[in-house]
Amino acid sequence: MRLQKNTLLALCSVLEFARQPGRPFSAGEIAHKYGASVHHLAKVLGRLRRAGLVTAARGSGGGYRFSGNPKRVTLLDVICVFEDVGSGNEKRAKRGLERAVDQVLAEIDETAKATFGSITLETLLKLARRQPSL
Amino acid sequence: MIQLKKIRRARRDDLAQVVEIDARITGLRKPAYWKAIQRRYRLFLVLADATRVHGYIVGEVRDWEFGSPPCGWVFAIGVRPEARLKRAGTGLLEALCEAFRRRGVDKVRTLLARDNALVLAFFRSQGMMAAPFIALERDL
Repeated sequence: MRLQKNTLLALCSVLEFARQPGRPFSAGEIAHKYGASVHHLAKVLGRLRRAGLVTAARGSGGGYRFSGNPKRVTLLDVICVFEDVGSGNEKRAKRGLERAVDQVLAEIDETAKATFGSITLETLLKLARRQPSL
Repeated sequence: MIQLKKIRRARRDDLAQVVEIDARITGLRKPAYWKAIQRRYRLFLVLADATRVHGYIVGEVRDWEFGSPPCGWVFAIGVRPEARLKRAGTGLLEALCEAFRRRGVDKVRTLLARDNALVLAFFRSQGMMAAPFIALERDL
């Protein structure tokens, strides 16, 4: 299972914001930490802002903050802003054994959706705290 | 007056409330099922005060199912909607896990529908991860 680069950046950004809810973050800070360009990250954060998951404020003391409830927002809520989990099944007519293969892929998609949909940001942060830091 | 809640083994006179909680969650009333559960399982716990049952949990230790060493299984948990987000479920799960530990197992598992987002999120929040098993089924 792989997520697109934008999606992964979005997840890491939202988790960073949710980990320290009182603190505003600059795009540069997150971009530097995750090896992305500021321009690229700003686009990602713009989509998160339009989805209502982060707020952005200008000026001194400004920056990005998480605006949801980390006990309620799931990984799937963030991922869905950028990609459609389970979009692999095209609606076109299937040839030969494609339908059988599609059935297996759909099974994997459903499991991925259920996994992402059951893990809240708070649960993931808890998991991260339990892992030994490198 | 503050009613002290405690976790204890389910009694026969708790069953009507357990049936009611289960029916509120699942939409199905199963009094005969819960009566059988109460007779059969020692690890059927409730969170209750003097008059009211706020939640329940049921589990057992299962040995060597499909080669798996003995482990604790949670197969039912329910908390009244108004008692949620007050650590009722966490307390019930912790009590059951403690009972599993006393029986010598160091792993707890459960199985639930993947569209049961509420309970899945609860178990995830308790640190539970995907087990190395895949549930399978077919029509008969």
